[in-house]
Parts: sequence; structure tokens; C-alpha cells
Amino acid sequence: MTKFIVRLIFIKCLKAQPICNDEHKNARYNFCLRLADNNLILAQRLAEWCSKGPILEEDLAITNMSLDLFGQAESFYDYAAAVIESNSSADELAFLRSEREYLNTLMVEQPNGDFAFTMMKQMLFSAYTKLLYESLSKSVDRTLAGLSAKALKEAKYHLRHSSEWVIRLGNGTNESKERVQFALNELWLFVDDMFAMDENDEALITIGVIENTKDIKPKWLMFIKQILEEANLQITSNTNSISGGIKGIHTEHLGHLLCEMQYLQRAYPGAKW
Amino acid sequence: MENANTQFQQWEVFIQAKNGSPFEHAGSIHAADKKMALQNARDIYTRRCEGRSLWVVPTNAIAATVAEEEAEFFDPADDKIYRTPNFYKMPKGTTNL
Repeated sequence: MTKFIVRLIFIKCLKAQPICNDEHKNARYNFCLRLADNNLILAQRLAEWCSKGPILEEDLAITNMSLDLFGQAESFYDYAAAVIESNSSADELAFLRSEREYLNTLMVEQPNGDFAFTMMKQMLFSAYTKLLYESLSKSVDRTLAGLSAKALKEAKYHLRHSSEWVIRLGNGTNESKERVQFALNELWLFVDDMFAMDENDEALITIGVIENTKDIKPKWLMFIKQILEEANLQITSNTNSISGGIKGIHTEHLGHLLCEMQYLQRAYPGAKW
Repeated sequence: MENANTQFQQWEVFIQAKNGSPFEHAGSIHAADKKMALQNARDIYTRRCEGRSLWVVPTNAIAATVAEEEAEFFDPADDKIYRTPNFYKMPKGTTNL
């Protein structure tokens, strides 16, 4: 009974003053930064396809996706800065942080590889963000919910585009099947890292800002298995995995990406065009 | 040696700007099948809010008149001015016609 009352009081407090203390501010800041970093780094990777698409249509499709993700990154950066009442702009957060300060998941920083590799990466990631945004769009944090609801539409389309390709490549020629299966095997190493959580998530779960993202993984796996079955592809039996993105520990590829992406702002601070 | 045609099938894209409007030809795209054709059409022709609905039609499914038939098809309409409504008088007071 006491427990019940305590719980009631706790819920009442939540309603009265949601998301108040500094700990929660920092947790929200970190969480939004992570969302933004994921989108920014994948957007930069997709932008590398510009003018190199296998066909004109696909060139546009990939760069469209890239621009969607840049847009999402910008809104999450702006919101992250607003949460801690910092004057940092989205540009500053994107161009003036070093590798160890980036919190993106390892999957998104992996090089594009061939077209099959890029589509597989996109599918694995978009399936995750679709579920994540679905969940976040119900958050008690109304701004986060709004941004997520907007991003959800884009994530759904990215997932549709990439999964249709995975299905076709898997059922295409021997070569396309081999390449897309190779992509799946290589990228599986980074799947667990996408679902990594830290004390920030724990704090946000307790105040209802996010759901337990662990709940997302089984749904994700069920969806991915369905697509892979349709694509005639097998999940690798290799259960190795590496993680660290959430702590700022990255694979060798992120440094090279940031080098190119940040070069201009680093060489000419504040440059505008 | 001739270059083999490695393009996917060609499709014609029609866009409906809003509910009730006619579908208008926007251009063409290449794609391997219907689903992909719709996606490619979306990515190429609706990036700037051009429409809310799309049709794609395989180009080879379209029957078209040919240049040699142009005269017999279209010239006979040239001197049938009575087919246009030029000779009707507008009733007085009609504003919204």
C-alpha cells in the first residue's frame, strides 16, 4: 500500500513538473545528440554517392535520403542545444566536435562499399529508426515527440526504398545475391551497438521521455527476418559484435569521415557561403 | 562493338497535383518493376511538392500516333470552326462562365 501511494505521488510529481532537474537535462541533451549524430554521419555517407549512383534515378534517391537525414540531424542538434540552454548552433555541434565526442552508432560510419552494402546498411538502420521514432512520437517530451513524428515519415520511406532493393538483390543474379549476403554478414557485427543503452537512457525511461529501447530490438529482429526471408538471405551464424559508439569509441572510419566533413570549418572558422 | 542496352525498362510518369485534378504527364524514368517505378517517380518528380498521387505506365504500353499519319489524323479539323463555341452569344448577366 505504501508502495502504491509512493508511486502515485511520484506520478503526480511527474505530471506537475516533467523533465526538470539537471541530470535529466543532460540525459536529454546526450540522447538528442546521439539521434542527431546518427543521422548526420549516415547523411554524410550517403552524400558520398552523389554523382556515383548506379543509375540516375538511384543517384537522386540516395541523395534525397541524405538530405532528409541532414534535416533530421539539424533539428535534433537544435533541440539538444535548446535543452541545455546552450548557444551552440547545429553547425557548431556538427563541425567542431572531435571523433571521441561523437555518439553515433558504429553501423552508420561504415564505408558505403558497393550499392548492395549501402542498401543493406540503410535497411538495418532505417528499420531501427522507424521503430524508435514510432516510440518517441509518444514521448511526454512534446518537442521530441513532434520531431520524431516528422522524422518517422522519412524513415518509413527510407526503409521501404532500401528493403525493396535488398529483396531484389537477394533474388537477382548470383552476383547480386552474393554481394548483398556479404553486406549482411559484415554489417551484422554492428547490430548490437545500435541498441546500446547507457545511464542517460535509464534516466529518461524513468521519467517517461523514452520507452525502453530494449523493447525495440525484438520487433526489429522480427521485421528484419521477414525481409531477409523474402530476399532469400541468411543471418550469419557469426555472433561476434563490437560496440562503443555510445561512449564515443569508434571504428577507424569515423575519423576519416569527420576529416573531410569538418575540413572547411576547421581551416576557416566561421566561414559562410 | 555495339553497347548493349543495360537500362531498366522505361516508364512514363503522370502526376496528380491534388485530389480531383487530372493526371498530367511529367516525364519518364527507368525502373525494373512497378513498385520501383513508383519510388523512382516519387524521388525524381515529386521532390518539390508537385503532387499527391502518381501513375506510372510502361512506355511500351502506350499507343501513339506517328508523324506520317499526322496530316490525315489532325488536318481535317482545321476548317471546322463550327465545332468551337465561338458563335454562341453570352446571355446577359452571366458572370461565372
